[in-house]
Amino acid sequence: MGIETEYGITAPGRPDTNPMLLSSQVVNAFANRPGSRVGRARWDYEDEAPLRDARGGEQSRGSAHRSQLTDVEAADGGAMPDLEDPATANVVLTNGARLYVDHAHPEYSSPEVTGPRAAVVWDKAGELVMREAAELVAATPGLGEVRLYKNNTDSKGASYGTHENYLLSRATPFSDVVAGLIPFFVTRQVFTGAGRVSIGPDGSRPGFQLSQRADFIEVEVGLETTLKRPIVNTRDEPHASADRYRRLHVILGDANLLETATYLKVGTTAIVLDMIEARTLPDGLAMADPVRALHAISHDPTLTTLVRTTDGRQVTAIDVQRAYLAAAEKHVKARRDDTDVVTATETRDVLDRWGEVLDRLQADPTGTHRDVEWAAKLRLLQSYRDRDGLAWDSPRLAAIDVQWSDVRPDRGLYHRLVARGEVERLVTDEEVRAAVEQPPEDTRAWFRGQCLSRYGAAVAAASWDSVIFDVPGRGALQRVPTPEPLRGTREHVGALLDANPTATALVEALTRPGS
Amino acid sequence: MPGQEQQRPQRRSDAPEETDDVAVPATTTETPATSEVDSLLDEIDDVLETNSEEFVRGFVQKGGQ
Repeated sequence: MGIETEYGITAPGRPDTNPMLLSSQVVNAFANRPGSRVGRARWDYEDEAPLRDARGGEQSRGSAHRSQLTDVEAADGGAMPDLEDPATANVVLTNGARLYVDHAHPEYSSPEVTGPRAAVVWDKAGELVMREAAELVAATPGLGEVRLYKNNTDSKGASYGTHENYLLSRATPFSDVVAGLIPFFVTRQVFTGAGRVSIGPDGSRPGFQLSQRADFIEVEVGLETTLKRPIVNTRDEPHASADRYRRLHVILGDANLLETATYLKVGTTAIVLDMIEARTLPDGLAMADPVRALHAISHDPTLTTLVRTTDGRQVTAIDVQRAYLAAAEKHVKARRDDTDVVTATETRDVLDRWGEVLDRLQADPTGTHRDVEWAAKLRLLQSYRDRDGLAWDSPRLAAIDVQWSDVRPDRGLYHRLVARGEVERLVTDEEVRAAVEQPPEDTRAWFRGQCLSRYGAAVAAASWDSVIFDVPGRGALQRVPTPEPLRGTREHVGALLDANPTATALVEALTRPGS
Repeated sequence: MPGQEQQRPQRRSDAPEETDDVAVPATTTETPATSEVDSLLDEIDDVLETNSEEFVRGFVQKGGQ
C-alpha cells in the first residue's frame, strides 16, 4: 500500500504567481538540496496507463480530459536545475518515494509499505519533505516564500487529492470490489474525516462537516479523478505484473494530519479488501443512494443521520461500520494461521482501535478529539465560537480550517496541538526523520531507494516498477524491471547490493546469464 | 466525565439525506476545563493569521486529481 498527497500551495503577497511554477520550485529545491543523492534520476513513464479501466477497456486519449493524461510531461526536459522547470520536477527519492508536480500541486507519493503503521511513518516523512522543500525555496536567492498545506480544498470550488493505493489480486472480480467497498467508503469518514468548515464544493453554505473531500464526490464508480469524481475509482494501472495484480486507486479520502486517522484509514480499508478477496463480507449493506449518503453523513457531526439500504432499512454510519467490524473479527479469527506474527499483531491492533473508536463515537463524538481528526478540529473551532461568539461563516473559522494543515511546526495548528500533547501519536519523530532518507525494507521500494543512495549518479530514471541504469561500457540504458512489489526487499537483494559496490558491477551481476 | 450526564442527540429519522441545514454538533457533552481551553486559545491566537479575511480570500487553489 501507499499514499499520494497533493499539497495546497500559496505564495503570500504574490497571488498571481503560477502555481505550477511554484510547485516546480518546491520539487526542484528538494531534489537539488545540498547533499542530495537524487541526482539526475528522472521518472520513467513507460508502464503508465492512466486511461486503462478496471471494468475492462481503455478510454481513447482523444476523448480524455487533458488533466487525465498523467503520463506525459509538461515540456521537454532540460538537463540541469532550472528550479522553475516543471519538466525536471519529477524525481525519485532515496526513501523510494516519488516527488513531482501533479497539475498545479506538489505531490509526494510514498514508497510501497506492507502495513498501516509504516504507511503513517512514510506519509509523515512526506510532510517533512514538503516542510524542508519550502524552507529551501525561501532560502534561494530570487525566489519568494512558498507555503504548503496538507488539505484537500480551498472551499472555493477546487479540490486536490490524497489517494490511497492497495495491491489486489487480479483474480478478484472488480464488481465484487465495488460492491464491497461502497458502503464502507461512504461511512468510514466518521473516523477518517479531517473536518472542514463550510458545506458544498464552493463552500457557499456555512457549517462544519466531517470530510474535506466528500462534497467533491459525484458518482459511484468511474475512471475520472479530476471531474465527476467517483466513490470507487476504476483506474487500472497496477504498476506491477498486470496479469497477477490490480492496484486499487482510492480517491475519496482526506489528507490526514492525525497519525491515528491515517493508521485506521489504511488499516481498516486493507482488512475490508482482504475480506472482499476472501468473500467473507456480509450481504445487505448496499445503500440506496451512496453519493447522497456520503454527503449527508459528512454534513452531520452528531453522527445520527440515517441512510437507506437497498433492502429498505435505515442505518447510521456507525451501524454500517459495526457490521463491517463484526465481519472482520470473524474473518481474522478464521485465517489467523496464515499470517505472520507482525501482520497478525498489527491487524489485532487495528481491529481493537476500530471497535473502540466506534464505541466512543457512538457515546459522544466530541469526546474523540485526541484521535479523530474532525473532532480535534471541531473542538478548536467550537472553543473559538464559544469564546468569541463566531458564526460558522466567520472568516476566522475558515482561517483556522486552512491553517490547521500548514506544514510549518510553528504555524500549523495541528502541530501546535501536538506540541501541547493534545492529540495522540503512534510513531516517533526519529522514525519519521529517518524515513525521509530510508526506504521501507520489506518491499521493492528498498531496491529503488537503495539504488539511488548507493549508485545515484548511474541511475538515469526509475519508476514504481523499474530502475534504469546508465553505466559506462554499455551503449543502451539498462532497465531493471521490478514487477513484483514484494521482491527487491532488503532480505532479497541486500547481499547482492553489498557485493556490488558500483552500478557497473551490479548491472553486470544482474545481466549475467543464469542470474 | 464522572458525575456529568451525557446527553445523546435524538436520531433524526425522517429522510435526513435531503436536509441541507447545518448540523451543529452537540456541545453539551464535554466541556474541557476552562483554563485549559483559555491557554490553548491564547496560544493559537498568537500563531493565527492576523487578517483572517484576507488570508482566506488569498487561499485559492487550482483543482487537482
